[in-house]
Amino acid sequence: MAESTASVSIADQTESAGRNRATLARLRREVQLRYIAVVIPLILYLLFFYAYPVIAMLFRSVSEPTWSLTNYSHLVQTNVYVHVMWITVWISIVVTICTLILGYPVAYLISSVTTTKSNLLIVLVLVPFWTSILVRTYAWMVLLGRQGIINELLQSLGIIDQPLRLLNTRFAVYVSMVHILLPFMILPLYSVMRGIDRSVLRAAEGLGARPSAVFRQVMLPLSLPGVAAGCLLVFILSLGFYITPALVGGPKDLMISVLIAQQVDLFNWAFASALAAVLLVGALLIFVIFNRILGVEKIFGEVRS
Amino acid sequence: MSRGTMKLERRRSQPRTSAGRWILYVVVGLIILYLIFPILVVIPLSFSSAHYLTFPPPGFSLQWYHKFFSRSDWRNAAFLSLWIACSVMVLATLLGTAASLGLVRGRFRGRQSINTFLVSPMVVPSIIVAIGLYFFYARIGLIGHPIALIVAHTALAVPFVVVNVSATLYGFDERLEFAAMNLGANRWQTFRQVTLPIIRPGVMAGALFAFITSWDELIVALFVSGTGAVTLPRKMWDSIRFEIDPTIAAVSTLLIVFTATLFVSAELLRRRSERLRTVIVTEVE
Repeated sequence: MAESTASVSIADQTESAGRNRATLARLRREVQLRYIAVVIPLILYLLFFYAYPVIAMLFRSVSEPTWSLTNYSHLVQTNVYVHVMWITVWISIVVTICTLILGYPVAYLISSVTTTKSNLLIVLVLVPFWTSILVRTYAWMVLLGRQGIINELLQSLGIIDQPLRLLNTRFAVYVSMVHILLPFMILPLYSVMRGIDRSVLRAAEGLGARPSAVFRQVMLPLSLPGVAAGCLLVFILSLGFYITPALVGGPKDLMISVLIAQQVDLFNWAFASALAAVLLVGALLIFVIFNRILGVEKIFGEVRS
Repeated sequence: MSRGTMKLERRRSQPRTSAGRWILYVVVGLIILYLIFPILVVIPLSFSSAHYLTFPPPGFSLQWYHKFFSRSDWRNAAFLSLWIACSVMVLATLLGTAASLGLVRGRFRGRQSINTFLVSPMVVPSIIVAIGLYFFYARIGLIGHPIALIVAHTALAVPFVVVNVSATLYGFDERLEFAAMNLGANRWQTFRQVTLPIIRPGVMAGALFAFITSWDELIVALFVSGTGAVTLPRKMWDSIRFEIDPTIAAVSTLLIVFTATLFVSAELLRRRSERLRTVIVTEVE
């Protein structure tokens, strides 16, 4: 009798344990479903108002005027357009290198001073970051114009007689694009450098390394992820730049975004779409590499703090 | 190594490093000047008494501010931008916060790809989104309508919300929520009283980013705003290209002050909430 009660209760226990497990699994599933449910509105939103229009545009590049690759062969066979793509890549490379050269020392200093000083420096980097690109481009137009501040200053100092042509030149494009994109280089660099253990540097110093060797053999390799992230970010943003080259560039500094806008205005929509497809593929390729090296979150999360 | 030798080491290497340090300070100072100076230059120009851009301004005048505030096209553009940016902020924050919760907490397949898709508008050049939407709106007849801009700007702004809210959610101790529910709070109460206060800094940063993204956005507006929905950046663009008077300097100055105020107040709010958070954490511990 006693024996059978015991066995029954054991069976009961296993059964209720099984039930508990089943309930737990059901609850887990429910929670998971809820998590999926809250993501869906945004996915649908972006599919409809972002992915669909862009894909429809890409479609246009091969479906108009007839189903063919005419638009692309036109693009490749016309020297002007190939040249525009080359200029775009070239300007982006130069801007990336310049922002790296200027951004590295700033990020290095911010990461190596006391909190009060670094907070002040970060604010000085973030103020231009938050100021509208249009306002900053306008500021460069004011500085570089024929009667702009730089020309007036040089003339009043007697260095030049005639105002220099600074605006609507390649120089103006470089100076203002580097100015606008510099914070995008400094922030990822800083976020990586801040994580570098300072005692490693001191250890190298203690072991007798000269400052230049400490920098070359310890600091530089450790900061490389930041360099890669900053360069890719700046390069990708440069490729698609529109406002600045359109306002301060000359006719020889036509970048691909400006060309796309011109073609849309001329109602060459299918050709504009083909150009956009080329730009999109270029940007996405770099984005994929960028995302592998260092997540997007890390970079833009840093901007906040 | 004892303390004394360490000090000695440092003293010996001091002169060399401090010289290098000094050069670094000067170089960084010049680079910071390059970053800040162009923005400051616009401000004195906006108070110029001259009718064209000239430097230094021959005299002081508020005429360009007067022109900005008295002309209805400028005022309407500013109000429209404000209205659009506020709508975008609300819409993007709601969509983005919900999606971040699901993405960070959920354990479903394809999360990584979905995340990449949701933040991709941040890196896809705006001109591509702009002309894609331009063709789309042209077909459904929405060009020149503020709704068209709200919809487009929300797509561009939402990644900033996702990224900022996700960042706060990663450091979140989920047991706090279990504790609340165990104490009898339902899901909504838990969200309102436990989850939201903790992720608030991320949500607010995301909302601020969303606002600024829309407020400054020009490229989509160039194609989509037509004549019926001229935003402030669009109006400024037209003014820079077609009229050359210092009104634009006055508008720029107002914008610089506006963004700086927004930025500083956001920073103060962040510090306050961080302080509150530390208090809560230390009390809990």
